[in-house]
Amino acid sequence: MLARDLRAAVGDTPLVGLPALSPPGYELYVKLEGHNPTGSVKDRVAKYLLEDAERAGLLHPGSRILEPTSGNTGIALAALCAPRGYKLSCVMPENTSVERRRLLELYSVDIIPSPAAEGSNGAVRMAREIADADPDVYLPFQYGNAANPRAHYETTGPEILRDLPDVAAVVAGLGTGGTLTGVGRRLKEHDPAAKVFAAEPEYGELVYGLRNLDEGFVPPVLDTSVLDGRIKVDSLAALTETRRLATEEGIFAGISTGAALAVALRVCNPRRLAEGSKVVVVSPDGGWKYLSTGAYAAGNLEQIAASLAETVWA
Amino acid sequence: MPIEVRVPTVLRKHTAGEKTLSGSGSTVRELVEDLEGRNPGLRQSLVGDDGQLHRFVNVYVNDEDVRYLGGIETPLSDGDSVSILPAVAGG
Ligand SMILES: Cc1ncc(COP(=O)(O)O)c(C=O)c1O
Repeated sequence: MLARDLRAAVGDTPLVGLPALSPPGYELYVKLEGHNPTGSVKDRVAKYLLEDAERAGLLHPGSRILEPTSGNTGIALAALCAPRGYKLSCVMPENTSVERRRLLELYSVDIIPSPAAEGSNGAVRMAREIADADPDVYLPFQYGNAANPRAHYETTGPEILRDLPDVAAVVAGLGTGGTLTGVGRRLKEHDPAAKVFAAEPEYGELVYGLRNLDEGFVPPVLDTSVLDGRIKVDSLAALTETRRLATEEGIFAGISTGAALAVALRVCNPRRLAEGSKVVVVSPDGGWKYLSTGAYAAGNLEQIAASLAETVWA
Repeated sequence: MPIEVRVPTVLRKHTAGEKTLSGSGSTVRELVEDLEGRNPGLRQSLVGDDGQLHRFVNVYVNDEDVRYLGGIETPLSDGDSVSILPAVAGG
């Protein structure tokens, strides 16, 4: 595959069968978004966010961009901003993995830490405050920008349908909801009977903190009408499945992938999906950025999961 | 067997600091009514004037968001586990 530049190398990721993990009567496949240039599904989104803004004449060499992110979107934006001379700042919760920060540092991104106890909601709040006070900074805002789900509607979804036209269901993690909304819409246009399931990370108490329920945040890009179910997965279950993916299929993935796999295994049930169904799990990233969390280290799995539960892994 | 309910930190002011409650009811709505009797203020934090769950509150029955089951009328059986979580984003 020849790409003229990094942007052209985004997408077209492998869809890999999981013969050892598929329950009897079902076929599971995982779409490895970790194969994108900066190692996550967010390369697709970053490309769409920037190209939209460029078409609208909002960006020029030297432009400043600000984005709230738990990491992957920031890294993806950074790689595409660098060659174009855009200056990127990211508001990121202080309890994300050190690899995410190191990668942003490599690209000379200005990292603005937001309080751990506010999770991604805090990053969103701070980014909005900064952008309101600084009209020259461009805020792509993946949580509210239609280019985010459109990246999946125009690329991730069609790739899945090209490779597996008779796919019965897709499972993906829920962050901004961009993946689920974009892939879900495309899938249901193709086959209204197809199902879309969200795997929602369930964290430890620290991440939920003391936030008020009425200060919650539902990303505007999330179209809940495309979802057929939303299932929460705690760190232990996510980690258990992430490790099985490595030991039984040889695939080294991030923690969200295990969460989505746990949901896929749960919905492979004749009450929800006919026997013979093909189910696609979207793996948003590989395991590299989680090594320092101890997620893959030897030791007591429950203890590892408990410490992981306090970092934002989606 | 009663239904176990996990309560997030922010709502524990209504539960005398308890992390888990035990209640009964054949639907989520009945369960909330039952809990309200012993934990005044809890219902108002979960349910709006329209009788539906607040937008930023997620209630799960056996890990599934009730919005995709039967909403506040989702049926419950003995031994189900219910959890309440604030809505958080990722990305
Ligand atoms: C690790 C991980 N899991 C899940 C997601 C969810 O993606 P989305 O924002 O499309 O909902 C992301 C997005 O960055 C992610 O990085």
